[in-house]
Amino acid sequence: MSMPFEEHDYIGLSETPAMENSEKLASKGLNLKATELRLGLPGSESPERGNGLGVLKGFISGAKRGFSDTINGDSGKWVFTGNGGSDVDLGKNGALFSPRSVNGSGSEGTSLKEVVPPSPKAVHEKKPQISAVNGHGVAPAAKAQVVGWPPIRSFRKNSMAVNPPKSDEDAKLGSGCLYVKVSMDGAPYLRKVDLKTYSSYMELSSALEKMFSCFTIGQCGAHGVPLRDGMSESRLMDLLHGSEYVLTYEDKDDDWMLVGDVPWEMFTVSCKRMRIMKSSDAIGL
Amino acid sequence: MAKSFPEEVLEHVFSFITSDSDRNAVSLVCKSWYEIERWCRKRVFVGNCYAVSPRILTRRFPEVRSVEIKGKPHFADFNLVPEGWGGCVYPWISAMAGAYPWLEEIRLKRMVVSDEALELISTSFCNFKVLVLSSCEGFSTDGLASIAANCRKLRELDLRESEVDDLSGHWLSHFPDTWTSLVSLNIACLGSEVSFSALERLVARSPNLRTLRLNRAVSLEKLHNLLCRAPQLVEFGTGAYSSELRPDVFSNLAGAFSGCKQLKGLSGFWDLVPAYLPAIYLTCSGLTSLNLSYATIQSPDLVKLVSQCRNLQRLWVLDYIEDIGLDALAASCKDLQELRVFPSDPYVVDPNVSLTERGLVAVSEGCPKLQSVLYFCRQMSNAALVAIARNRPNLVCFRLCIIEPRAPDYLTLEPLDAGFGAIVEHCKELRRLSLSGLLTDRVFEYIGTRGRKLEMLSIAFAGDSDLGLHHVLSGCESLRKLEIRDCPFGDKALLANAAKLETMRSLWMSSCSVSFGACKLLGQKLPRLNVEVIDERGSPYSRPESCLVEKLYIYRTVAGPRIDMPPFVWTIDEDAALR
Repeated sequence: MSMPFEEHDYIGLSETPAMENSEKLASKGLNLKATELRLGLPGSESPERGNGLGVLKGFISGAKRGFSDTINGDSGKWVFTGNGGSDVDLGKNGALFSPRSVNGSGSEGTSLKEVVPPSPKAVHEKKPQISAVNGHGVAPAAKAQVVGWPPIRSFRKNSMAVNPPKSDEDAKLGSGCLYVKVSMDGAPYLRKVDLKTYSSYMELSSALEKMFSCFTIGQCGAHGVPLRDGMSESRLMDLLHGSEYVLTYEDKDDDWMLVGDVPWEMFTVSCKRMRIMKSSDAIGL
Repeated sequence: MAKSFPEEVLEHVFSFITSDSDRNAVSLVCKSWYEIERWCRKRVFVGNCYAVSPRILTRRFPEVRSVEIKGKPHFADFNLVPEGWGGCVYPWISAMAGAYPWLEEIRLKRMVVSDEALELISTSFCNFKVLVLSSCEGFSTDGLASIAANCRKLRELDLRESEVDDLSGHWLSHFPDTWTSLVSLNIACLGSEVSFSALERLVARSPNLRTLRLNRAVSLEKLHNLLCRAPQLVEFGTGAYSSELRPDVFSNLAGAFSGCKQLKGLSGFWDLVPAYLPAIYLTCSGLTSLNLSYATIQSPDLVKLVSQCRNLQRLWVLDYIEDIGLDALAASCKDLQELRVFPSDPYVVDPNVSLTERGLVAVSEGCPKLQSVLYFCRQMSNAALVAIARNRPNLVCFRLCIIEPRAPDYLTLEPLDAGFGAIVEHCKELRRLSLSGLLTDRVFEYIGTRGRKLEMLSIAFAGDSDLGLHHVLSGCESLRKLEIRDCPFGDKALLANAAKLETMRSLWMSSCSVSFGACKLLGQKLPRLNVEVIDERGSPYSRPESCLVEKLYIYRTVAGPRIDMPPFVWTIDEDAALR
């Protein structure tokens, strides 16, 4: 069943259906391996983010699967089993819909992982998507996203495409801004800052404090409690100025350096990305 | 029998009745009112270009001065309607060229407009004043050149988000030097550079210019030249709002903006460089409309800007504004009526900004006049939706797009049925709703029973079974437009509610579970509907009837099946059903 590069649509149905698939699908039953909803990061079993950072509980990767627009004509009935309820196992690891076996159910699991396209980059569609008309054997090129979803007009997509917030490129020089990624140990996602909007280390440091305060305090996003508590911010400042975290950056020579040693302008030119490291990890810098 | 009023009196009375629905109601009272009304109707709105034919239009209403026509279904905006589907305006222009020599205004949305059509417009209507092309395509700057050269009385040229084949910027120079009646010009969608000196001269000789929306290619340094020549501007769209940091550019710009005392709306702001933002600060207190949806600036700058716009009624912005910015918005902009938050990086799975449901809740709390919402985000909860519904029962349009399909309540992991249910329950004036997230059939039960004023409903990746669709079609008394994609809705619900389809403008279903057999039945039983099957795999007749159709577009019509279908569209009518 598992071919190395099998087009899967976003719920895990393969583009090349064996008849067994279609028969299973035809029965409105929910016990369908083929329709397992998997919402883990590609290459990982399930996101291990148990603690309180509800923001990212499993909202991953749905959009990364290849999507086939075609309803398989041969099978006749394409029954979508959404959140049927009964077979959905709201599993422990924060994965929303744990597949029959979170920890890799052999071929099904593997093929799904392999199938997810390597980069989640936007495929900017200027032409409407033509489904695989030529029979179900011909899988359309693996896409990173569902056609027409999220619903954004072409004009907007094209406008943003000219100046997109690139996830992979770290710095854009000479275009009036200088975005670099900033990661923080323990935080579930990265941020980006435009170094050109700051003129000193002080400004940079306070901006970073604001951006990352919710992660150190923990529960800001999860329970919808806004971070208005003045205590928390000052606590973060203590953390950053104190001993718990250090701010480091990767320079053009790929070395990790402590932020603050060189003049500001020199820093902005040589900084490729930043990392707020736990002090315990920063020994040797 | 005896008429109570002479026709002239009735006609005079009718002239005060401008809304289309009122006019339609008037025409139904009796035959004589129908006759009088049709002779004096000056403005016609055709919501679906295939619902009626040009000939029927011109025959019924001989004195029309203004026409608005819509073509493709809404989901065409998201590439769900294949190229070549239809919506060509030429037959309309051709018919109107003969019937309405005094036509003054044409407004088109999602139609295919060729250069020939534009040329025909430019030569057929000597009093032509207003051309609005919204999300249209099929024409080039050559067509615009014809309009520029021939429409001596043109006041408004608005190309709103159309796709234009940009051959050159010279078309603008075709406006004659003697032409001074320009009131509104929107060329924001054009890619190539128009001659700046021609633009400058045009602005200088247009004392009535109120709206000017430039395209990205107009550089920031030159902006002040235009603004100084048009201090009476009410709506202005910049080009690329970026430049090297130069004090003279900044002061020119700030000076020019401060000279525009009537400015109420700003847009454009591509490539926005924050350092230049203060140039518009002086205009902020007068602004009612601000479109920053192309401005890739971060929330601190957005907060600074928005906090000064105390009279803001409409804000379009990217999700860079984040929850923190929306808090500021809620605190500062008490007149806010419409909010649209677009995603900066919609194809990346992990959130790149800190924008959550909290921001929207804050705005719903703080802005008592909020009526219209379009919100892209990555997480939502039932609790938040309930709060929004309770805070803002005056919502008229609520469009929520949770980026991940079928995302549940992120706190409870339940479907968002209860949340959206609260929206339709509390917001009794709700006319437009777009759903997203994890939804079962239950939410459709709420919508069907409580969405009494709902006119347009958009559904994606939702529902469990036909029951969901059945709830909607058997309820929702005011439903006009229903568009559905990737839902398990099929034959049963459609066939059980076939009569409902004649009370609606249109129904779109793609990637659902409707079989060709059901389409045939519908086409057969309901001759006043066009049942169009869009299928790029080849003729549905070549497959068993139980095969599902890719896309289905059903709309009511008095014009019969259309004759301009491309090879991948089939209209299933009575004859076809017998094949």
